[in-house]
Amino acid sequence: MSTKRIAAICGVLVLALTVDVVPAWPQKGPIKLGFLTQMTGGGAAVGKDMSNGFMMSLEEISNQIVGRKVEVIIEDTQGDPAQALTRLRKLVESDKVNAVAGIFLANEGYALAPKVDEYRIPTVWAVVSADDLTQRKPTKYAVRTGWTSSQPNHPFGEYAAKTLGYKRVATIAMDYAFGWEQVGGFQRTFEEAGGQIVQKLWPPLGTTDFGPFLAQIKRDADAVFAVMVAASSLRFPKQYQDAGLKARLPLIGGGTSFDEFVLPALGDEAIGAISPLIYSAAIDTPVNQRFVKEFRKKYGKVPGYYAEASYTAARWIAEAAKAVGGNVEDKEKFLAALKKVEISDAPRGPIKLDTYGNPIQNIYVRKVEKRDGELWNTVIQTFTGVSQFWKYKPEEFLKQPVYDRNYPACKYC
Amino acid sequence: MGLTRFSGQQVVAAIIFFLLLASPPFLSSFLLTLLTQALIYGILAMSLDIILGYTGLASLGHAAYFGIGAYSVGILATRYGAAFGITLPAGVLLAVLVAAIFGTVALRATGVYFLMITLALGMIVWGLAHRWVTMTQGDNGISAIPRPDLGLPWSLSLSIPFYYFALAGFLIAFWILRVIVRSPFGQTLVGIRESESRMRTLGYHVWLHKYIGFVIAGGFGGFAGVLWAYYNGFVSPVDLQLATSVEVLLMVALGGRGSLIGPALGAGIIVLLKNLVSVYTHRWLLILGAVYILTIVYAPEGILGAIKRRTKEVKPRAVGVHGLTEGEIEGG
Repeated sequence: MSTKRIAAICGVLVLALTVDVVPAWPQKGPIKLGFLTQMTGGGAAVGKDMSNGFMMSLEEISNQIVGRKVEVIIEDTQGDPAQALTRLRKLVESDKVNAVAGIFLANEGYALAPKVDEYRIPTVWAVVSADDLTQRKPTKYAVRTGWTSSQPNHPFGEYAAKTLGYKRVATIAMDYAFGWEQVGGFQRTFEEAGGQIVQKLWPPLGTTDFGPFLAQIKRDADAVFAVMVAASSLRFPKQYQDAGLKARLPLIGGGTSFDEFVLPALGDEAIGAISPLIYSAAIDTPVNQRFVKEFRKKYGKVPGYYAEASYTAARWIAEAAKAVGGNVEDKEKFLAALKKVEISDAPRGPIKLDTYGNPIQNIYVRKVEKRDGELWNTVIQTFTGVSQFWKYKPEEFLKQPVYDRNYPACKYC
Repeated sequence: MGLTRFSGQQVVAAIIFFLLLASPPFLSSFLLTLLTQALIYGILAMSLDIILGYTGLASLGHAAYFGIGAYSVGILATRYGAAFGITLPAGVLLAVLVAAIFGTVALRATGVYFLMITLALGMIVWGLAHRWVTMTQGDNGISAIPRPDLGLPWSLSLSIPFYYFALAGFLIAFWILRVIVRSPFGQTLVGIRESESRMRTLGYHVWLHKYIGFVIAGGFGGFAGVLWAYYNGFVSPVDLQLATSVEVLLMVALGGRGSLIGPALGAGIIVLLKNLVSVYTHRWLLILGAVYILTIVYAPEGILGAIKRRTKEVKPRAVGVHGLTEGEIEGG
């Protein structure tokens, strides 16, 4: 090997090692926000909705907060918690952002939470809904603007027993924390209102052929409660209908089974399905109508809760930054402001935080209906001011374990 | 010439070593965390190189040992507050144990069948991490794993000390693995890769050699996992899913199998590409894909292999074996 070549290799190495990605910024430059979401892989479409919602919200205020320009750096977590951590490191250490928002998956949230506190970086969980992030393992430096997985299902369990009049319900849900927490929340209030969960089925995450599970569903139940996500949301209703179940057992479920993210891809098989969530694109308020119209004009699709939650997260940060006069560099004050924000006119309705940093907000019971050839989640009942603890005392609620596969136990199976 | 006593390779190695040792204070902390990641993945890739590069068995379940090492730390450190002196041997030994069990199953086959069996075994461990919720916290993962306290004056929760910690781990792993592959045992593995039947005819216990190689690889995979859990402070089923196994396989193939340094280089390149390119574009997967394709087309023996071929055109090949495996891999 010639000396010249060695020198060249060394040169390249030195260059590669010393190039800093982004130089440090002066104190009073723009307000820098980091947005963490999945931009590649299976959840990329969700990530796109999230970043679109976030950016749209900031564009509406011309990317300005009290005279300071707002700069957003979007980072791809690839749906991998380790990668999410690496990205958080970059945002905080290299980019020196003033706040972080976004996050889609529960395991990403749990991976980031201790690091968020270590960095003392104000963070807004926009979509990630893992219960314990604002319950048993709260993060000091984070607030949530989305929801906890069990939150919409607490009122819905009661609704199913009292209003829909179901006595016996079978559940079928994706076999991971998101599914367990939704079923758990539903089961608890449904059974307290006199109902019985007679069967719990757990297809593995990513199941697309539900035949073996549908064959097992107890035909003497009154209804089936389904929690589906992503690709399974698209396939399940059709297979449910093809198995001849739709005519016999009404289909109800968790919010993501029929949200606006999957509705355009569903057919008539979804009509009539009832599910609860913090948002429906069909909410009949001027604010929401305008939001849906603008979002649709801009991105060519009806916004679902991913978009709305991220849209509101950006608004949340802007409100808090305004409250501290744009001085987001004072982390503690900024964080305190984030915890105090109240928004009365978000597309989803009024929101404020409880002392654990989770929104108290409306829960909408929605029924899939066809309007002008499109499927919409018509709101058939609104529960106002629902907390993550429902009607329970927070301290008592937190004494029970987090909902999982076997908690609450299936007493009537 | 002043360089006659040292080969170019040695000079480059010395320079890289010097850079790894001296550069941290001058690097941005983000780049430093990437280098730390690269070192840890480097250990994993080197361990896979023992079975893939030296023994010629492509495994798609190597993330299992990585995950076992990581979960051992996660569970022991968060539940029992176990110190590094316990988590390290526990993680490595557990990985060795699992490799010893899996080896008896997987080594019945070779080629594609070996690939399939290791894949299935890897999925078993993944399934366990995913479903044994009381132990592993399932899909949510185990978070808040504290950095180890070695009683040093520098806290390992800072990025520079932790980098040196990982570097020490990397160098120890590299040194041990290098001794192994240069030993008669390591040479026997190469012999088995080249021609199993000939080695058998010569009287070598082929299966036992492969088995020991497999277990060693598992152990070092576990070691990488231990460091990984401390580095991230978090472990989840994602760490041992198929995609992770594939990524390690690609690191080895990209860098150049059967050279230890090659896989480590591959690990560094992939970690840096993944993280630096994606700063500029969300289409970074295209670029990563292009790099793989270019490597397969123009440097099927990996980057290090290509460099060696170019710089050593006149000399005979060091071990004289690369040409043969190429054909074998493509045939299989």
